[in-house]
Amino acid sequence: MAEQEIKPQLLKVTIDGIEVEVEPGTTILQAARKIGPAVAPPAMCYYQPLKGSGGKCRACLVRVAAGSAKDPRPMPKLVASCLTTVQDGMVVENETSPQVVEARKGVVEFLLLNHPLDCPVCDQAGECDLQNFAFDHGRETTRYEEDRRTFEKRDIGPYIQLHMTRCILCYRCVFTADQITNKRVHGVMGRGDAAEISTYIEKAIDNDFSGNVIDVCPVGALTDKTYRFKNRVWFTKPVDAHRDCPTCSGKVTLWYRGDDVIRVTARKNEWNEVTEFICNTCRFDKKKTSDWTIEGPTKISRSSVISANKYRRDEIKPSFGQRLAAAEYKAIDDERDTSQLGIQQLAPERFAKVLPSALEPEP
Amino acid sequence: MATKILTEHINVPGIETFDVYRKQGGYTAVEKALKTMTPDAIVEEVKKAGVRGRGGAGFPMGMKWSFLAKPEGVPRYLVCNADESEPGTFKDHYLMKNIPHLLIEGMIISSYALGANKSFIYVRGELMYVIHILEKAIAEAKAEGFLGKNILGSGYDLELVVQPGGGAYICGEETALLESLEGKRGNPRNKPPFPAVKGLYQCPTVVNNVESIATTSWIVNHGGDAYAAIGIGRSTGTKLISASGHINKPGVYEIDLGVPVEDFIFADEWCGGIRPGHKFKALVAGGSSVPILPANLALTLANGEKRLMSYESLSDGGFATGTMLGSGGFIVFDETACIVRNTWNFSRFYHHESCGQCSPCREGTGWMEKVLHRIEYGHGHQQDIDLLVDVAKKIEGNTICPLGDAAAWPVASAIRHFRDEFQWHIDHPSEATQPGAVYRGEMALI
Repeated sequence: MAEQEIKPQLLKVTIDGIEVEVEPGTTILQAARKIGPAVAPPAMCYYQPLKGSGGKCRACLVRVAAGSAKDPRPMPKLVASCLTTVQDGMVVENETSPQVVEARKGVVEFLLLNHPLDCPVCDQAGECDLQNFAFDHGRETTRYEEDRRTFEKRDIGPYIQLHMTRCILCYRCVFTADQITNKRVHGVMGRGDAAEISTYIEKAIDNDFSGNVIDVCPVGALTDKTYRFKNRVWFTKPVDAHRDCPTCSGKVTLWYRGDDVIRVTARKNEWNEVTEFICNTCRFDKKKTSDWTIEGPTKISRSSVISANKYRRDEIKPSFGQRLAAAEYKAIDDERDTSQLGIQQLAPERFAKVLPSALEPEP
Repeated sequence: MATKILTEHINVPGIETFDVYRKQGGYTAVEKALKTMTPDAIVEEVKKAGVRGRGGAGFPMGMKWSFLAKPEGVPRYLVCNADESEPGTFKDHYLMKNIPHLLIEGMIISSYALGANKSFIYVRGELMYVIHILEKAIAEAKAEGFLGKNILGSGYDLELVVQPGGGAYICGEETALLESLEGKRGNPRNKPPFPAVKGLYQCPTVVNNVESIATTSWIVNHGGDAYAAIGIGRSTGTKLISASGHINKPGVYEIDLGVPVEDFIFADEWCGGIRPGHKFKALVAGGSSVPILPANLALTLANGEKRLMSYESLSDGGFATGTMLGSGGFIVFDETACIVRNTWNFSRFYHHESCGQCSPCREGTGWMEKVLHRIEYGHGHQQDIDLLVDVAKKIEGNTICPLGDAAAWPVASAIRHFRDEFQWHIDHPSEATQPGAVYRGEMALI
């Protein structure tokens, strides 16, 4: 009994009609992730291991339909779910709110406005957060016809190339440089859409953990120079491995093409977040199978081209459009079995508010 | 009837010096506050006065003060926001330049009321000469024992620091200001936590506008009730209005809140009417970020009553037919002003000043500017007007700080009320791009 008393009171939150109990201090985003990928808001800048990240990209905006059980008024604006902590009895609308769907469509459009869309030649393609986000929530065409901002490619240190043109200014690498590495020589300069990630007066990034900025980058702005243009992500096979490393945990993912290790990265969880950061020696210098103890194939359960043809459909997160289409499909014909579509937690009534607006043609 | 609270002595020669200011009754409020009043009593008076934040948002100052967290052993700070950079607003500049001791007196009283022993005045970097004036005034006040250790023998210490900003509009946003004051990049913070709980150096902080702080000495001298008696309804007291544009007498005017807009523009006491031979076309009532109104809606409410210079009356009708008092940057346009060009100009400003932290504002402000530029220079497309409305809608409310809203409102409102003018630019590009060409179609001119 004594144990139960110490346990903090769990808070009940409803997200898109699904109830979940979480500890006090949990953010809406974390609560939604607890329910599952179908409900979790996208996050382009929030990165759980990095303190202070989040709130910038506005991709995770949700509508709070009821603030708490005590004060059930809705919040006046959409809130960033990565930073807003839950209250008991809070009711959150994520992709079931037309307002949120509309705002996210806007955010995709804004993020892609100055993005070069050079996915065919970008190393990040296939494991790019922005690609996934745009596929989920974006529109098919662009309405932007002006020039896009461009920058020269720049080497920062011997291993990393900065392709600022692709950057979406999520600040993740800035937090990484600040919190993981011991000397911060890397930050944001300039203002507005002229802002750029930069090292102070071309100073090279030179420390043991600098390579991690490549992993945290949601797009292809920071790339591994030892891997650039070597291969496409979806042709490679990820394998978990470890080694006895004096500086880091040594737990990595090896990316194989045939028998060759062509890339080493830190291990990422299902939210595409690195849990244990690795050192530059592991990342850039150990590219032989003999350097590593192999654990087995990496389990990938997110929607990405890497998982295509390798995993069961129900392990893949359906895109928002697919979920919506399936919901509509189910609403029309209840007899059919939508489990064939690999979609869980699908209830047409959940999408009732979104369906008509989402299916309307673009103005 | 016009009460002068802030500008009563502003024209006295030498008022910027301590001696002259003191002779005009200056620093009596500090004496009264420190010797006879408790900090809570001052907060109570300010609450009674009902002063609303003069920086633009209009949040009741007394309420803001009462939200200040007071944990044991943690310093509290008062920061005066003198980063006045809203286009069309120049009242704080006028006040600080002419009568710096009024602000310093207000700072002493406010800091005492909030229990702050170190307070900051964050002045925009472009106003270096004002910073020198303030520093001189602070040195004088310190020499006379009104600042420093044990002020007037009351046991209360206060250090006042003037901090020049780096010249960024965004640092007028309170949390960006605090970041900048801490020596960091001026990016607004996500809220909550609000500055009242975690502000400067993660300590409880109150950020107030120059004009708000300057009113406190009058409130202490005359009482909160006397202040609340001025004005109308919940818009109490007087307000400095920076009047500019196509009027006969531009300048800073102190008005009792509740003066009809029509009187303010046309009466000789204030703006003195539209310049000769021209007619009133449009009004930006509270600095460039508030919605623009056409002449007829600027002077009358939707129900036919006269519109008044007050927080409530100006925002009557929401954004459909209303606007906001904002910071009091009162810009009047006559029929020679091109609304498209003006909107583009405002947009250009917000594009330039966006901090680039959150995506809707960083990308959206630039996009709107480019589309408006295109329309203004005769390359607009038919769908551009709807595009602008949609982009503005997607920025508004979705950003970290109000700069996104401030960028979206002028565009959305200009299209709402002057859509024909945008359409004319798109339909008649060769005509519209002639030097000095202005839309002369049907519109309400007064």
